[in-house]
Amino acid sequence: MQRAGRLIVRRLIGSIPVLLIVLVGTFFLLELASGDAVDAYLVSTGGGDAALVEALRTNWGLDQSPITRLGLYLWNVIHLNFGYSVLLNRPILAVVLERLPNTLLLMGSAVALSFGIGSLLGIVAGSKPGSARDKLLSVGSLALYAVPSFWLGLVLVVVFSVQLRWLPLAGIETLASGKVGLDRAGDILRHLVLPVGALALLYLALYLRLMRAGMVEVWRQDFVLAARAKGLSRRRIVWRHVARNALLPLITMLGLQSATMLGGSVVIESVFSIPGLGRLAQEAVSGRDTPLLMGIIVISAVLVILTNLIVDLAYAALDPRVGATEAQA
Amino acid sequence: MNFVARFMRSPEGVIGAVVLIGLVLVALAAPLLFPRDPLAIVGQPMLEPFADWALPLGTDRLGRNVLAELVHGARASLLVGIAAALAAMAIGASVGTIAGFAGGFVDEALMRVVDAFQTVPGFLLALAFVSVIGASMPIVVLAIALGAWTGPARLARAEVLSIRERDYVDWARVIGMHPLEIAFREILPNALPPVLALSAVIVAGAILTEAALSFLGLGDPNIVTWGSMIAEGRAVLRSAPFLSIVPGIALVVTVLGVYLFGEGLAEALSRRRVRS
Repeated sequence: MQRAGRLIVRRLIGSIPVLLIVLVGTFFLLELASGDAVDAYLVSTGGGDAALVEALRTNWGLDQSPITRLGLYLWNVIHLNFGYSVLLNRPILAVVLERLPNTLLLMGSAVALSFGIGSLLGIVAGSKPGSARDKLLSVGSLALYAVPSFWLGLVLVVVFSVQLRWLPLAGIETLASGKVGLDRAGDILRHLVLPVGALALLYLALYLRLMRAGMVEVWRQDFVLAARAKGLSRRRIVWRHVARNALLPLITMLGLQSATMLGGSVVIESVFSIPGLGRLAQEAVSGRDTPLLMGIIVISAVLVILTNLIVDLAYAALDPRVGATEAQA
Repeated sequence: MNFVARFMRSPEGVIGAVVLIGLVLVALAAPLLFPRDPLAIVGQPMLEPFADWALPLGTDRLGRNVLAELVHGARASLLVGIAAALAAMAIGASVGTIAGFAGGFVDEALMRVVDAFQTVPGFLLALAFVSVIGASMPIVVLAIALGAWTGPARLARAEVLSIRERDYVDWARVIGMHPLEIAFREILPNALPPVLALSAVIVAGAILTEAALSFLGLGDPNIVTWGSMIAEGRAVLRSAPFLSIVPGIALVVTVLGVYLFGEGLAEALSRRRVRS
């Protein structure tokens, strides 16, 4: 337990400079945008004279130098104040937190499904490298990996929603259905099948390939030879010795991929009109709400850091060597 | 055995190369095959494929020639994909080389920047960058590169760290070469091969990112891309699904071609390593 605590503290301290760079970066990207918050405000309210513009700029601190405003921005973010969304006229943090659960549900289900099935198929392929089923799975996963997620989503919609009419077209649940409890959960589940399927099919390819590659490496190790010499059954060698050791890199990949997955959900959410973080980002883009977009970026960076922390903890729990070396260092 | 011969021994690589050469030829010949603006209206809207031989793949919602759009789209996809990957590898290799060679504080600071870029979802970053600066081809290329340079940077740094300790680098120092000259003339060229092996994955990723950006309406509005064609067809997904499905197939074939080519390349590179 103490080991886990030390790990958490180390990682959190290490992520401070990273987060600072992200904040400074987003601030300057915000500076690059043509027009500032006052312009956006005037567009939404219908304009005003020069004196009002001047007064608003002074009032909102926009007449200060960029360095002062950067300081102010950092100060506000530390106090969890990400500013106001011009588009929705609400605090950015509140809007993001409201949308976050849908994204987490989508990503979480897609990751769990793809990790499970992908690693299992990877074991099937890697238990006998070079065999017919290995070739088939390798080529199949490569083809799957080449498919754009949003297009796969549309194809699934054409087949399952338009042609077969099995599943709903879009959204996270039936609007104003009045469903509660298990009924509502079932409704959400039905809405999630296609978007989760589209994402999971693509990530599955990644885990399959990684698992297979890992197993091919492990087969060459001496301890596998030793296990064979001991006369263990092939099944036992595959599962207990090869697959188990090949699984660790997949867990690392889970953390590394979390940022990519968050990005991938942007497109899928807009294909299926799921009101999540990605859909919000697209609304921010089309509504020219740059502060909201930057808030989303910073908050997703925090999310990625937290995901990596969880992955690191899982890794340390699975591999006793990790904590041991960290404690010595 | 030279490199080409080693490459030819991999069936995946050969298939990938054939697909890519075909695509490049089509992309180069686009202005000859379809000299008119692919965005020009040529016939009745929503014409089915194979109904009229002058318009083999039919027309879209606005009566534009789908085949012409598809062929011109190949240009955009390949150009953006390759340009973005080159930019990403150039930025990544330079940053990685400087970080690995300089060491100390410079290394630490640059690697934290790499961490920061890996923490922000690359697609969100590209989305923000394009929407803030405005959609045009060079901006889209740069936006994609911004999300893709960290892999090459890490790889280049790791290579440089191992090369830095070799004797010939010491000798270069002894003869009084400038550190920057050592970094970029002596070390970088030797650190490049593993970075190049990553190129296929980066090109494929860049093509997919470009397609997703233009699918969301953030591509250059004056250029036909496969992503924008899919988005355009989405409005009539019920009545004419082929308008979205056909450009998607083109994307899959292209990206698959790049991957297969990359597999061949990686195999040829690793064979050389085993031999040497």
